[in-house]
Order: sequence, then structure tokens, then C-alpha cells
Amino acid sequence: MQIKPILSALRRHKAGTILIALQIALTLAIVCNALFIVHERVEHVSRVTGMDESNVVAIQNRYVGTPESYIPLVKTDVQALRSMPGVEDAYVTNAFPLRQGGWSTGIQLKPDGQKEGVSSALYFGDEHTLKTLGVKLIAGRNFTSNEIVSINRDDRPAPPQVIVTKILADKLFPDGDALGKTIYYSKGRPSTIIGIVAKLTVPWTDWEYPDNVTIMPLTFNSSYQIFLVRAKAGQQDAVYKSVADTLYGVNRMRVLPENFGVRTFEMVRARAYEKDRGMAILMSIVCGVLLAITAAGIVGLSSFWVGQRRKQIGVRRALGARRSDILGYFMTENFLIALAGVVVGVILAVGLSQWMFTHFEMRRLSFTYVIVGVVVLLGLGQAAVFAPALKASKVSPVEATRSV
Amino acid sequence: MFAYYLQLGLRSLRRNPMLTALMVMAIGFGVAASMTTYSVFRATSRDPIPQRSDVLYNVQLDNWGPEGRKDDEPPPALSYTDATTLLRAHKAKRQTVTYPVGISIIPEDPSRLPVRKGAYATGADFFPMFDVPFIQGSGWTLDDDEKHASVAVITKSLNEKLFNGGQSVGKQINVDGHLFRVTGVIEDWAPQPLFFDVPNTSGFDEGASIYVPFNRAVDLKLPNDGNNNCNKEPAEGWDAYLRSECIWLSLWAELPTRSDADAYRQYLTGYAAEQQRAGRFSWAPNVRVRDVMDWLSVQKVVPPESQVSLIVSLGFLAICLVNTVGLLLAKFMRRAPEIGVRRALGASRREIYAQFLIEAGTIGVAGGLLGLLLTGLGVLGVGLVFPEQIARLATLDPMLVVLTLVVSIAAAVIAAFYPTWRAAQVQPAWQLKSN
Repeated sequence: MQIKPILSALRRHKAGTILIALQIALTLAIVCNALFIVHERVEHVSRVTGMDESNVVAIQNRYVGTPESYIPLVKTDVQALRSMPGVEDAYVTNAFPLRQGGWSTGIQLKPDGQKEGVSSALYFGDEHTLKTLGVKLIAGRNFTSNEIVSINRDDRPAPPQVIVTKILADKLFPDGDALGKTIYYSKGRPSTIIGIVAKLTVPWTDWEYPDNVTIMPLTFNSSYQIFLVRAKAGQQDAVYKSVADTLYGVNRMRVLPENFGVRTFEMVRARAYEKDRGMAILMSIVCGVLLAITAAGIVGLSSFWVGQRRKQIGVRRALGARRSDILGYFMTENFLIALAGVVVGVILAVGLSQWMFTHFEMRRLSFTYVIVGVVVLLGLGQAAVFAPALKASKVSPVEATRSV
Repeated sequence: MFAYYLQLGLRSLRRNPMLTALMVMAIGFGVAASMTTYSVFRATSRDPIPQRSDVLYNVQLDNWGPEGRKDDEPPPALSYTDATTLLRAHKAKRQTVTYPVGISIIPEDPSRLPVRKGAYATGADFFPMFDVPFIQGSGWTLDDDEKHASVAVITKSLNEKLFNGGQSVGKQINVDGHLFRVTGVIEDWAPQPLFFDVPNTSGFDEGASIYVPFNRAVDLKLPNDGNNNCNKEPAEGWDAYLRSECIWLSLWAELPTRSDADAYRQYLTGYAAEQQRAGRFSWAPNVRVRDVMDWLSVQKVVPPESQVSLIVSLGFLAICLVNTVGLLLAKFMRRAPEIGVRRALGASRREIYAQFLIEAGTIGVAGGLLGLLLTGLGVLGVGLVFPEQIARLATLDPMLVVLTLVVSIAAAVIAAFYPTWRAAQVQPAWQLKSN
């Protein structure tokens, strides 16, 4: 295929050429970035919590009134939940993964450490915690029932025994010998790592250290409590529906907020990733419509060109060009225009990504996405031009003789 | 002539329905995407209290120092020590301090379950400062603040729930076992963005159902239901918490003129300098006194999702326009012989311009109508993309309808400029010769 005649023909159609190239360039810039956003959000949404999320129901409960201590109320409630039909296990805590609210603190290796320390989210729990969450203990042991103590609102959580995640353990003790070591959650109050779990994530979806979690054998003496319940297989719906009545049956002086009082873990997850899912949907729609419109635009303009050049095509056919030559001509022409478009488009895409990076703290566009975008647009151009090119190849050589 | 050109335009559009449909769809989709995302952007970036946003100021004061911070922006809230000292100094026309409290209301009727409601502890000035609309009674008085009175203002819907919507001024409500006397009932008031409590709500929230005096709330040790940030762990106990450098209070001042604001800023700087001399701060005074819109922009209330999607949609519209330019060019140039004939028969370039711009305008109108339909669908579907608190703010109001149509027509006409210019350049002689 001779490229030179194509180029000289294009020079006579500057406006159309520039318009198609520009459209391809802009589409590439937007599609690359939009697809990258989709990728990032999907990656975010598909992160695992380390829990066995099915069959878990979360209850956020606030006691009403001001008793001497909330601990007896809490104990009665947990007991009632554990003896509910269909319930496998339950415990009381202050926070759980994807809840979007919780506690964190810095861990020191020395009793009077001054530095920032290693950040960790704090989950309160008891010997039923690991089973309820479905988290795997990979070293050490679980808490025992006599290790569970209560703390008041103003106390600092720093029990003598803690269970930490593998990632946190390795961050504190890079040599991998964290089990049995002493760390400090509060000045001068040692805690021993008695167990290590494979994985468990923090309550927040956008925290810097998503896997730094400590489980503490504590019960919080507060009006605000969260109960986590693991239902037996197939019993989740039944438990979800009846758990509020069970709790009100034990004690009416409580509030389970309307929208998020009782939730299955699917609901917790959907809520936590609402924004990410929304962005991914929006950007996918934009990409789809954009590619369709660009393809339609190429079809429109190419058809026009074919119509305009029927006579020249006829002359070429009369002079011996085969159908495949005509088809090839238009395909190559589109390829050249698209190539120019994607070159400009790559620059635009990177520029847009850079701009969004500085303004919205987004990650920089990965180069894979630029390449994917380039391939997609070149392919789209070829696919879009195929029908008009095929039509062009069917122009009869007789056209050359018409109206001259 | 306009009617004639319109007729010509419509006839030409009918001759090539696929191409016309393509252009109408390009404009419709482009405009709808832009308008839908714009409706969200407009909702999140609007002025929540337009009549007073320039006299209301949020007060910030750096009580943590520059250590471990990226920029020199002071913390977004105040400690109890600073907030109450500034409040007592009375350097503004009105001032109020707020924090969200977590409370439950126990209905008198024992068969009803307790309800948990959003609540703020604040001062008497809160209501006149923020133009809170009362439907019964009024806010409590400064005197009530002084006397640590047990009074409350409730919203219309809470009044519905507790008193079946009847007169409730003077009645008592039971808040976690403490009785409060109702002094007024307000509309379900929650300006969006919820400017006076951005740090705890990120700007979008249903608002509170009950307001109680700050002094009384502190007496009752009503716990802070919002963020509680401490740079050092406070000692144990409520009093130690009040004395700590933990930040949890918002202070707002009403400063009617610019010079009042400057004077307040000066006073605040003086206060911080005094704390530095006293040895509490080991850094130079670092204060901010920002009006509502400044405060909202510094707090980045507009979600980045809203901005990114607006930018992407505008890019989308731009591509649709380029697409339309190309298609119009093809369409107009195909009619070069026809233009040649018209020109040869004496039509001026100006008339060619008019004819083709009107034709493009009809595409704009059609695109606008499609765009309006799609924008309507888009606004309904905003809930799929944005969180409920933000999605419910996006509405298709008359403003947006007009804007959608105007943008569509403008887009179509702008897209038509170059093709029309090319059409007007057609040389009659060439066209006539080749036919």
C-alpha cells in the first residue's frame, strides 16, 4: 500500500482529517482516564476484609438512660444473642471492618516512646471474636474468658494481652518474631502479643494502613455498643429479621437507629463502597457512550468522503485497481489519521491525569491504560471505517465515465 | 425569510435521517451528561445561607503547633479552653459555639420506644445568627445560657413525633433521663452544605432534631458525638478533658462589616500571642477568621467525585461538539452544488450563513429536547452514583431546564460556524461547471 498518495489526498481534506484526529485524541484522553478511574475504584471495592463476610449481622445499639454501669446490660444482651436460634456466635465491640468509624492509636516499642509509633485500629472483643468474624489465627492463642476486662470512657485501652494482624506484627517486628513480644499502646503499660491473625482490615476504606489492626480483650463501659452476630449457614435472613425483637425483648430502653441499626454485612459493604461503585458506573457509561459517538462520527465522515470520491474511485478501478486495493486505501487512510490522533491523545491523556493528580490527589495514570486506550481507539477506527470502505470498494468502474 | 430557512433546514434534515439522528444524539448526550453532573456540582458548591454568608465567620486558632503538619492550616475545631475564652470576650456582635451531642429522647408514653436523634449543643445566638426559621415560640435567651438553663429547641418533625404536631412550647422532653423545657419549634432546618458543622459531617447531613444550651450540655457531660481529635492523650475524667488541648468545638462569629472582621482577627492574633507569652504555645500566632464560602472551600466540601465527573462530562461534551462539527461539515459540503446554484442566482454569503446556522439551530433545539429528557433521567439516576445525602440535593429546576436548552442550541450553533463558513466559501462557478 502506497502511503504517499493517501497523504497528498488528505492534504486536500484538512478540515475533516483534523476533526477526526482531534476527536480520536480527545476520546483517548478521556477514555484512558475514565477507564483508569474505573480500574482504581473496582480494585478498591474488591479489597477483602479478612473476615468470612457471609452470615454476619451487625447491630449498632445505644442504651438509653444512665445506669451505674452498662456492663451488666451488655453481658445480658450478648448472652441473649448467643442463645438466639440460628445464631452460631456473637460478641460485643466498638468497631468492625468497613464501618467507617472507629478508634486508632500509635503503638510504641518502648515504655516511654516519644515518636509517632505504628498506627493501628483498635477492635474490642473477647474469646468469641475470632469465631464470629471468621478470622484465622495463624500463630499463638485466642483470648480466654478470664482475660476480658471492662474499660470506661476515659480509660486508655492498653490490656496485658492483644492479638494483632500479621501485617501489623511484621511492621512492628520485621524479623517475624512478634509473638510473645511486648508493645505499648499507652505510656508505661505493656501489652503482650499472644496471637497473630492472617488478615483483618480497619474500619475505614481510605486509611493509610488498611491492615494495621489490634484486637483487645476489652468490653467498653458505654451506652454505645456494637454487636456482631454470626448466623448459622442459611439462617442469616431469619436472624437479621428477628434480632431487633430479641434485643427489645431483653430491654426496651435502647435505640437501634432506623437506617443502620441492624445490617447484614452485605449492606455494610454496599454502604462503605457506595461512592466507589457510583464512580465506576458513571465512568463506564461515559466510556461506552463516548466510544459509540466517536465510532458513529468516523462512520459519518468516512461515508461522506466515499460519496465525494466516487468518481476518483471509479477511475482507479477502471485503471486496474482491485476491490481490495480500494478497501485497503480507506482502511490505511483511517489508520494514519487515527495514528496522528492517538499521538496527540497520549499527550492529552497524560496531561489530564497530571492535572487531576495535582488537584484531586488521584493516582497517576498507569501506562498500561494508555496502551490499552491506544489499541482500543485504533481498533475502533478500523472497525468504524470498514463499512464505508466496503461500500467504496463496490463502486463500479463505470462511475469513471459518468457525467464527464 | 427565517420561516423559509427553517423549512429548508427541516427538509434537509429529513433527507438524511441517520446523520441528523447522530448529531442530535451527540448533542443530547453531551449536554445531558454535563448538565447532570453540573446539577450535582451546583448542589454541593452552593451558598447554604446566601443572605448572611458574608457576615458569618468561622474561627480557627492553632493550639497544636506546626509539628507533624503538612501546611500551616490550623486545626478545624477549637479546644474547650479557647472556645469558651473567646466566647466570654464578646468581641463580635454575636458568637456561638457548637458541638454534636449523642442523645436519646424517651417518650412520655411508655409504650413507645425511645428515639435517637441528631442534636447540637449551642448558644442562644445560634438561632438569630443563622436565621433559623421558627414556627412556634423562639430560641432560648442569653440569660438562659448564663443560668445553664435546661431548655431546648426542637424541629417540626420531632414535634410531630413527640407531641403530634401540637403546641409544645413550655412542655418538657426527656433527654436520657434529663428534662428539658421546649422554648421553640423550628422548621426541619438543615442548610446544605451544613456549613456550621463541616468537620463532623463533611458538609452533607440531615441536620439535627434538637438543640440544647452548650453550658447545660457541658454540665451534664453530654458526650461529643462528632470527631474528637487530641494531639496528646488527655488525663482521665471530664474536667481533664475540658482542660485538654483536644479539639471538638466549632466557634462562629457574626461580624457585620469588614472592619469588624479585621478587628476580630486582630483580637484573635493578640489572644494567641498572649498564650505564647504565657508559655502555652511555643509558636507564633496562627489564626483564621473565614466567612462561610471561604470556609467551605478550604474544607473542600465539594466532593472530588463531583468535580472529576463534571470535568469528564465537559470533556465528553467537547468531543460531542467536535463530532458534530465533522458531521455538519460533511452534510453542508455535500450540498455544495445546491449552494452554488443559490449563490449564482444572487444569494449573498450572509444569506447562506443564515440558512445554515438556522438549520444547525434546529439540530440544537432537537438535541436540547433530547438532552432535557436525558438530564431528567440523569438527575433521577444520580442516586446510583452519589451517596444519598448528596444525590437528594440534585434537582431539575427551571434554571437547569433553561440552561440545558441554551447550552444545546449554543453548542449546535458554535459547532456550525466552521462548516457554515466553508459552505459560504463555495465558488458558484466551479459547482455549476462540474454539473
